[in-house]
Amino acid sequence: MEGYLDMELLRFTTAGSVDDGKSTLIGRLLYDSKSIFEDQLDQVRQTSERRGATEVDLALLTDGLKDEREQGITIDVAYRYFATPKRKFIIADTPGHIQYTRNMVTGASTANVALILIDARKGVIEQTCRHSIIASLLQIPHIIVCINKMDLVDYQQEKFDQIKNDFENFASKLDVKDVQFIPISALKGDNVVNRSDNMNWYEGSTLLYTLENIHIGSDHNHIDCRFPVQTVIRPQTDEHHDYRGYAGRIAGGVFKSGDEITVLPSGFTSKIKSIDIFEGSVIEAFAPMSVTITLEDDIDISRGDMIVRTNNQPESKQDIEVMLCWLNNKGPQPRSKYTIRHTTADAKAMIKEIRYKLDINSLHRNEIDKNISANDICRAQIRTTRPLFVDSYRKNRNTGSIILVDEGTNETVAAGMII
Amino acid sequence: MKNYNLTHLKELEAESIYILREVAAQFQKPAILFSGGKDSICVTHLARKAFHPAKIPFPLVHIDTGHNFPETMEFRDNLVSELGAKLIVGSVQKSIDDGRAAEEKGKNASRNAIQTVTLLDTIEEHGFDACIGGARRDEEKARAKERFFSHRDEFGQWDPKNQRPELWNIFNGKQNFGEHFRVFPLSNWTEMDVWQYIMAENIEIPSLYFAHQRDVIWRNNTWLPVSDFIQIEETEEIINKKLRFRTLGDITITGGDESDADTLAKIVEEVAAARNTERGNRADDKRSETAMEDRKKEGYF
Ligand SMILES: Nc1nc2c(ncn2[C@@H]2O[C@H](COP(=O)(O)OP(=O)(O)O)[C@@H](O)[C@H]2O)c(=O)[nH]1
Repeated sequence: MEGYLDMELLRFTTAGSVDDGKSTLIGRLLYDSKSIFEDQLDQVRQTSERRGATEVDLALLTDGLKDEREQGITIDVAYRYFATPKRKFIIADTPGHIQYTRNMVTGASTANVALILIDARKGVIEQTCRHSIIASLLQIPHIIVCINKMDLVDYQQEKFDQIKNDFENFASKLDVKDVQFIPISALKGDNVVNRSDNMNWYEGSTLLYTLENIHIGSDHNHIDCRFPVQTVIRPQTDEHHDYRGYAGRIAGGVFKSGDEITVLPSGFTSKIKSIDIFEGSVIEAFAPMSVTITLEDDIDISRGDMIVRTNNQPESKQDIEVMLCWLNNKGPQPRSKYTIRHTTADAKAMIKEIRYKLDINSLHRNEIDKNISANDICRAQIRTTRPLFVDSYRKNRNTGSIILVDEGTNETVAAGMII
Repeated sequence: MKNYNLTHLKELEAESIYILREVAAQFQKPAILFSGGKDSICVTHLARKAFHPAKIPFPLVHIDTGHNFPETMEFRDNLVSELGAKLIVGSVQKSIDDGRAAEEKGKNASRNAIQTVTLLDTIEEHGFDACIGGARRDEEKARAKERFFSHRDEFGQWDPKNQRPELWNIFNGKQNFGEHFRVFPLSNWTEMDVWQYIMAENIEIPSLYFAHQRDVIWRNNTWLPVSDFIQIEETEEIINKKLRFRTLGDITITGGDESDADTLAKIVEEVAAARNTERGNRADDKRSETAMEDRKKEGYF
């Protein structure tokens, strides 16, 4: 039992086009790792029978809401959980077709790993390219390509090698660092949790083993110290009369007590007096810890300010270049006003220029048709009413990401990655 | 280089604390919906950590169906006084007396469905713009797509098709007049995580969670506690059993599991070996396959 308290957390997203076997694969992972309860399985059994299926359809385990159960489609990101003694897993399960980009971008935004499914009979298709491009845009640190339905191609190594080769050729154009390939059959269970006897030519690990062991220690930025202030803690009790702490979640780097810091935007400098958590003070704290920082000097600091190390500061910008993913059904309107949210800060913003629309099947930059609607990805220039303190998304996903909120409807209409 | 890694519990804790601080910063009048169950106790514990050494900046709101386990009420009052927090009670009995809600009739009658009326009335009366709850996405399949910041329309209803996308760690709590949010800091926790955390942090929980002797009857495939609020039929036999509760709801609908787990360590072991979900024994979920989703749409927790 002791070991269970010592697990790491890994978040992954799944991508595949319809019928590539995504639901079956997730069902298989949950089932073979014994994360399915009897009563859930009973429900699925009953539903399978009612629909006249002969076998229990593992894909039903991941079917979410009523509407889509009735329509037989998945329309939004659903989160699933399972654990092995080594790691706890959070799956962002994104549907294969409608609203695809929007959903995958959402699921990918917090993922350590992207699982991309390919049907061994079809090989690398347009959707595969699209999924990989999104994974690369969102800078998911690791990609696992699962070549599924190997049982339908007689478990042939040639098929696997050819698809792997095709994918590598295509991916060389992308910004992806760590790609692994695994031949599987989600339906039969080959190489998902248990090693396959049908593919002795494959010397790599099973999917679960890979997920359990992939190195995620460097997925956070531990170099550039960034601490966006969420709220100020002032107990105003006799016991803590003078306590003034800045609460937040470390967005990057390792802060230590005694560090020379600068507060943005004021530019005031001070030293870290203590880094507090409920249990007491800690000597150092790193992303993604939630802590409260106190400073040696009394400075006026409020939500939206950022505490950084004096010798390593983000850029102060009012004109921000982003790759924008449009999320709302209504596209950007001329002269529309938005609130831009970046870490804990916000400002008013407008889209000054759409530079090009990105074709996410081919990476082609369309500079002629710049008409943006839901699920489009484009490069845009945003002008804000006051400076934001940003890093490139490549450097830090926390300080390099923004959302746009429509001032009229208050809806989140776009997500952006700072270039 | 040094290994800067958090354990899964520490990472979940950091995420939940972040969410709670966002609520304090983004809303005018938030509240914690406190049921007395382990999940809302966990949320309250996290809120205490998030704002330490200051007090929790939200009141605790308890929707009191009147059909409580006495142990839960005692626990609630002790915790509130220990935290120095403000407690607000919304009374289902009062909603019934005022004619806002009608009591269910019959042997399986419960106040579970009508507490939604009291909840929405309480939110309106106090003008809460964010209600923090302990629901988790792993609890039930209708919750798998729930957001951290879950948007409710002016009627308190949840529209699964009209939820705001949530990316990275950026949350949008902006609201139009009359709308409010439910916020779920434990979204990414599983039942196992909650128990491990309670054990790791040594959080106090009601005695009902531990195995104890109790008079029960066998009904609807579960052991229902004998209480003033349940009509016992002649054919039903009262038995004294050693059992514990995996979730705490109304005493009329919460079934116990036979168990010898009388310590946290034994509970964690039991949860690890469990073959049924914790909601499996809640009569309210058994009514139809989409029972939970239907209740959520109407504004349930
Ligand atoms: N033969 C075979 N069939 C599979 C495999 N994985 C999935 N399938 C079948 O492919 C169909 C689509 O699978 P499903 O999981 O619903 O696909 P999704 O649309 O990607 O979620 C179903 O009939 C599955 O039984 C596999 O590895 N081998």
